[in-house]
Amino acid sequence: MNSPGKSLCLFWNSSIGKKIVVAVTGLLLVGFLLGHMAGNLLLFAGRDALNDYAEFLHHMLHGAGIWVARIGLLVALILHVMSTISLTLHNRAARKEKYEHEATVQASKSSRIMAISGLIILAFVIFHILHFTVRIDPELANMPDPNEPGRHDVYGMVLKGFEGPFVPAFYFIAITLLCSHLSHGIASIFQTLGLRSRKTEGSIKALSWLVTALLWVGFLIIPMSAYFKLVSDKGHASTGLIQQGTVADSTGYSPGLNRVQSAIQQGTVAE
Amino acid sequence: MNLTLKVWRQAHADDRGSISTYEAKDIPEEASFLEMLDIVNEQILEGDSGEEPIHFDHDCREGICGMCSLNINGVPHSKEQGITTCQVHMRKFRDGDTIWIEPFRAKAFPVVKDLITDRTAFDRIIAAGGFIDVRTGSAVDANSLPIPKEEADSSFDAAACIGCGACVAACKNASAMLFVGAKAAHLNLLPQGEPEKDRRVLSMVRQMDAEGFGNCTNQYECEAVCPKEISADVIAKLNRDYAKAAVKEAVAT
Ligand code: HEM
Ligand code: SF4
Ligand code: FES
Repeated sequence: MNSPGKSLCLFWNSSIGKKIVVAVTGLLLVGFLLGHMAGNLLLFAGRDALNDYAEFLHHMLHGAGIWVARIGLLVALILHVMSTISLTLHNRAARKEKYEHEATVQASKSSRIMAISGLIILAFVIFHILHFTVRIDPELANMPDPNEPGRHDVYGMVLKGFEGPFVPAFYFIAITLLCSHLSHGIASIFQTLGLRSRKTEGSIKALSWLVTALLWVGFLIIPMSAYFKLVSDKGHASTGLIQQGTVADSTGYSPGLNRVQSAIQQGTVAE
Repeated sequence: MNLTLKVWRQAHADDRGSISTYEAKDIPEEASFLEMLDIVNEQILEGDSGEEPIHFDHDCREGICGMCSLNINGVPHSKEQGITTCQVHMRKFRDGDTIWIEPFRAKAFPVVKDLITDRTAFDRIIAAGGFIDVRTGSAVDANSLPIPKEEADSSFDAAACIGCGACVAACKNASAMLFVGAKAAHLNLLPQGEPEKDRRVLSMVRQMDAEGFGNCTNQYECEAVCPKEISADVIAKLNRDYAKAAVKEAVAT
């Protein structure tokens, strides 16, 4: 009856339609977070593992892959924020007059601060991108990989980026709020997409908590380990002995191409 | 028992309204909540303040009509589960308690006077699609149209909704999803309602949005206060049925 364009408008303008946009984009973002966390954890496998991974991301599909992912994520984030802000404003208008005696029966604290946790996450995402992707700090921007000087040293940059007390503290707060957002958000996806029922309610809640806890530990372990020096930047350390050790270790992780380079590097160290 | 009541008084729809305090004296424990208000109203009428009695909605006083409302200490139909305001008894309170009594609040439920709200937005949602277009002749034989037990039960559970509006009153966003979900599921689950399922869901949801109800944020406050214990499963079903109907509308019909 309606043209597809009109149907799309009706869908976007309906309460349920916008909620479905929130859930689908939220699901995409959660998927990204899990992948991003797994990739980041390569930090614990050493400099070469992390830097190889970063190089791989930048060369996916001849360099196009990372842009496809970036644009896709940006569109998802923009749609998520636009629809949630519009829904939140609409919800406030629907309950203009507050109760003199307010009471809450079972809504969780996390579910009641979604807009605030969301906006802080947004501020964090912008900071995080300027910090590690755009690298507005020249000190972090000019870090060649000591084992392979042609490429950026993501490993060293991450460890250096978390040196001060403020950055790790901000990460701690923001990621904790992200997890608060997700403790309600992940379970919510199922309800919004019509996949939750009394029978599955328990397992959905458990899954939601499990994924949230995993993300909290997986993301925070990096700034915390860096700040408390549980992982140290051996590549930039002064003693040749340690450096030699690192290089010898790291050959195990390096693809063939790097191995030659590592060998050369090892030679340099021996000198 | 003696109680202190904090009651919302509002002379008419455009009045700002405020909380007034009343001392409810010598309330028998066996009185119902609405009988307690009747006693307080008698006391107001007998006094010489010239004040109008407290206006509130009620009809059947046995939990089936959906007319009584009231937010009692912040919770629609009180914190007792699975009952309407008319089924609340004073024995659930203690001597000396202070009780807050307010109208159901939502932009789509404007206050008419004191504790009475205009809930006709629900009627307009029903008029938009909460029916089936068939001739209503004499009832057909019960077994001429087989319906699986599980579906009949789910439909019956949804049909228990009495349209009181407590779900809207409890929701932080004044969303009517539990009511609309129940009314749509009740018909969508049955063979008689199935042919008009898509049209019904689209029309009812659009009317719900037009009335100014909020959006569901999956906090399940509605489910917790519903006097008929309608499950939030009907909301998941409404989301699912709406998504399917919207896609079909865009590409098929
Ligand atoms: C990495 C970033 C983010 C992820 C992974 C994420 C994830 C989610 C998920 C899974 C949901 C539940 C979807 C549903 O209701 O079915 C959700 C809801 C929501 N998000 Fe986000 N989100 C993110 C960023 C943001 C940002 C930046 C905002 C800023 C405004 C925001 C605001 C909201 C709001 C207000 C809701 C609705 C809450 C509700 O319905 O109860 N989110 N988010
Ligand atoms: S769903 Fe429950 S709370 Fe909402 S109108 Fe129906 S009976 Fe009342
Ligand atoms: S007065 Fe009819 S349900 Fe309470």
